[in-house]
Amino acid sequence: MAAVADIAHAGTSAPAPRTAARRRERPQAWRWIVLILVGLYFAIPLYAAFKFAGFKAFPKVFGQAGFVQAFTLSLRLALITTIITLVLLVPTTVYVHLRLPGIRRLMESVTILPIVIPPIVLIVGVLEIAPGFLKATPNLLALEYVVLAMPFAYRSLDAGLRALDLKTLVEASSSLGARLPATLWRVILPNLRTAMLSAVVLTVALVLGEFTMASLDLYQTFPVWIVNFEQSSGPVSVAASLLALIVTWIFLMVIATLGGRRTGRTGSAVTLFSVSRQDIGGSE
Amino acid sequence: MTTGTTAGEATGHAAAGGTAAAGATVVLQGLSRAFGATRALDGLNLEIAPGELVALLGPSGCGKTTALRILAGFETADAGSVTVDGKDISGVPAARRDMGMVFQSYSLFPNMSALDNVGFGLRMRKLAAAERKRKAGELLDMVGLAAQAGQYQHQLSGGQQQRVALARALAIEPRVLLLDEPLSALDAKVRLQLREQIRSIQQRLGTTTLFVTHDQEEALSMADRVGVMSQGRLEQIAVPSELYDSPATAFVAEFVGTMNRLPAELQGQAEVTALGMTVPVQEGTADGLVGDVDVLVRPEGLRVAAEPNGNGIVTDRTFLGSLTRVSVRLSGDLLVKIDKQSTDAADMLPGTSVNVTLPSAAVLVAARA
Repeated sequence: MAAVADIAHAGTSAPAPRTAARRRERPQAWRWIVLILVGLYFAIPLYAAFKFAGFKAFPKVFGQAGFVQAFTLSLRLALITTIITLVLLVPTTVYVHLRLPGIRRLMESVTILPIVIPPIVLIVGVLEIAPGFLKATPNLLALEYVVLAMPFAYRSLDAGLRALDLKTLVEASSSLGARLPATLWRVILPNLRTAMLSAVVLTVALVLGEFTMASLDLYQTFPVWIVNFEQSSGPVSVAASLLALIVTWIFLMVIATLGGRRTGRTGSAVTLFSVSRQDIGGSE
Repeated sequence: MTTGTTAGEATGHAAAGGTAAAGATVVLQGLSRAFGATRALDGLNLEIAPGELVALLGPSGCGKTTALRILAGFETADAGSVTVDGKDISGVPAARRDMGMVFQSYSLFPNMSALDNVGFGLRMRKLAAAERKRKAGELLDMVGLAAQAGQYQHQLSGGQQQRVALARALAIEPRVLLLDEPLSALDAKVRLQLREQIRSIQQRLGTTTLFVTHDQEEALSMADRVGVMSQGRLEQIAVPSELYDSPATAFVAEFVGTMNRLPAELQGQAEVTALGMTVPVQEGTADGLVGDVDVLVRPEGLRVAAEPNGNGIVTDRTFLGSLTRVSVRLSGDLLVKIDKQSTDAADMLPGTSVNVTLPSAAVLVAARA
């Protein structure tokens, strides 16, 4: 019986090295093919845009009427939105994790609503009920962006908190004499850095690229300006959108590097969308 | 509840071991706590003398952790009082209780080095940075981790993390040290080392300590007194040897150590017949019982000898070092375990016919299971 088993085992295991080698090679090749295909999918439109705009169009962008105002407005909105989002969502998510873990599911479905409801519906509703003093300022738009960014920001923070043993950390901290504000400031927030960073990155990217609401609210944000400007000069407008892409990308890299520097000391690189090292390998 | 030893006696016991009793006196009185329909604590009374290490031992859900968390200030009791050095602390928030705690799960702050973790409580007490560093360094040194001061949680092993957590809890010079199953996540060898280390540090500092565990070996080896809990109450609290040798109830007898149950018949209140022998009953244990009962006997309490037409057959033999544990099947398919000096156990081969007898000493009696 044992002999039979041995033979059967040998029979299956003998060709194994060859299959394993082939298996190791094949995915390698496939990976490259997929990578190249995906790369082309993203690169071709960018290349076409470059080709259409031409190098000369780029310097012209900065001199165009309204560019600076539109761009600063977008940056300002990004800043305000980010601050409001963090101030509102960080304590909320921490509180939910700590005291009301039962409503996490509910929170998840509530926070997804802004994605499910079309922006046009949101904006009509907001314009209907917003008080007059807000309607006159771009701050109204920032408030709308807070709602739009909530699904992404909430998920980042939620994932970050889930990777921590929040209850134990808070109890440890309070047994050592820290009241809740001190615990929040010295223990929870530092450990939520990466999660907050990814919330910031997502929020900023969203604000810098949002068109529908700004346009309907009649604000000339950067994306709105690009579309308006396109009517007068196609190549310059395309150059502007490419610039926007690059600027946003550089901006995100800067945030990620800033955030990564200190975490780097503890041996983990900041990854924007997977939240932290505990998330990946921390079941210890 | 049966109190085998009073706190005072236990302190005497600890003091005889050369301990400085600098800690606080802790008294839990009539603590009750229900979670929904579950009564986690049902009128728990416990007194811990200064410098004493009391272990609460019991199966999961017996209320031991709830008791510790109420003392720490993380839970509130529905009824009863918690006093430290005579002062009721029920209304004091956890952050103001001066109780160092080591948790079951790893609880180091991931954003701080080992040194900063240990210094955290001192920082909260507004100690100057230099003084804080010096003191935290000393404590890390005490737990043998001076070299790891700059390392972070993820660079430390589980055992090292718990040692840092211990140093962190002790850094604030707590009035009471609370240990919530601090060793249960560690592997056996580390657990053993850390057990001894915790105990020796605790004795050196004389910190009043409440230690919660489900591991009887841990409780018996570390504690001055062990309280066995069941269903939110203390079944018995006594020094380890007393708990083992004269358990107050059948629950304690069976929870602590290995226990054989043999069917028996009570003869009045003072004698019981089992295995064809009549022996005296341990005082008090037969109260309220009549007729068919069980006697409870430790493996080292039963005698076994090879005999051609004995009352049992050896089924198994396990060598444990100086002792050998012999498993015997008695008539009625009853399995008992008997410890014998290994030097006398050579003839206890499986299949051997043997005779099992009771000791002549008083035995513990319990209601028929």
